[in-house]
Amino acid sequence: MKARHKRFGFLIVGLVVLAAAAYLVFNALGNNLSYFFSPTEVAEHKAPANHIFRLGGLVQPGSLERGKELTVHFDVTDNHHTVKVAYTGILPDLFKEGQGVIAQGRMGPDGVFVAEEVLAKHDENYMPPEVADALEKGHQKGIEAMAKGNKPL
Amino acid sequence: MVNIYKFASPATFYPVAGKIARVSTWIAVLLLAVGLYMSFFVAPTDYKQGEGYRIIFIHVPAAWMSMFIYVVMAFWAGVGLVFNTRLSSMMAQALAPTGAIMTFIALWTGAFWGKPMWGAWWVWDARLTSELILFFLYIGFIALQGAIDDTRRADRAGAVLLLVGVVNIPIIYFSVKWWNTLHQGASVSIKNGSAMSTIMLQTMLIMTFAFWAYSIAVALYRVRSIILEREKDARWVSELPEIRR
Repeated sequence: MKARHKRFGFLIVGLVVLAAAAYLVFNALGNNLSYFFSPTEVAEHKAPANHIFRLGGLVQPGSLERGKELTVHFDVTDNHHTVKVAYTGILPDLFKEGQGVIAQGRMGPDGVFVAEEVLAKHDENYMPPEVADALEKGHQKGIEAMAKGNKPL
Repeated sequence: MVNIYKFASPATFYPVAGKIARVSTWIAVLLLAVGLYMSFFVAPTDYKQGEGYRIIFIHVPAAWMSMFIYVVMAFWAGVGLVFNTRLSSMMAQALAPTGAIMTFIALWTGAFWGKPMWGAWWVWDARLTSELILFFLYIGFIALQGAIDDTRRADRAGAVLLLVGVVNIPIIYFSVKWWNTLHQGASVSIKNGSAMSTIMLQTMLIMTFAFWAYSIAVALYRVRSIILEREKDARWVSELPEIRR
């Protein structure tokens, strides 16, 4: 065995050990590295009950209510569970019903999540508005066709 | 067949690097001009993010380069450790500042994007944090290499750091998949294709190739300087026309 083969062996073994160590570390950390909790996790009491955490999901369409002064109420959903959120402050530009948000705050005693900060989360889709319109129209047509009893395409 | 081992010698590689660097510079200038024009005037406005999304044409190519350059550096570092070739360590050293600047651009443009879109300059989510660690790895490598006077020892110490740090690359890439992050998922991937409209994707790819050409050009110019510096006592260096002049 030449010295260079030996060094190559050391290198490979080192990298494998390193990868294994990294795998174990991140496996142990698990979901602690996640930036937010989903409404389902909140419903299953996986989110901390009495200190600050972040809640992420979609703003339930039709749930946005602007109250007195700057306080807004909306529901955050992951299509399985829903959490009511109250927030006083200025919302980011991308905040919209049906759009992803991440709210930081704590659960109130009445089951309403009191947010101190709201961030908008956008998705990985990029397209011109005309394409978005066309997609939306196609989607509506599909829904109408299904309502008439036609099979989806 | 071309004998690739021939190019492992600094004396042969030096003129070749010069030629490739010159060609790459022109490709980079051309692609950047086309890419920037398309970024600002041809690519359509996004349906949700408006004009602000255009920062993607700088942000994503820079972020891709930051990860790719690190992998290439780790590869050269590994080759240098195993085969004791001088040139591979020089390549790793030459790529480091470009990788660091790409990481910095990715972080900086990301902050400018995050403020209007998310409402925050910076958040400690997995994607952003692991990219910041990548920046520290680059800075750490440059500092470690620069701190040791004996080049052989400097190369070896730097190579070990690079190889250990390579764990971070898959973490950056898959962070948006493994954990909930504020950063959105990948728009372009080999498995799922692209979630962007065609013209936006084309613009982004042109910008990516421009960044590639730029990185190749500056890295090769830099490696030429490193070769001259390290081989200054060699006879072939003193016989170079630009040295004799």
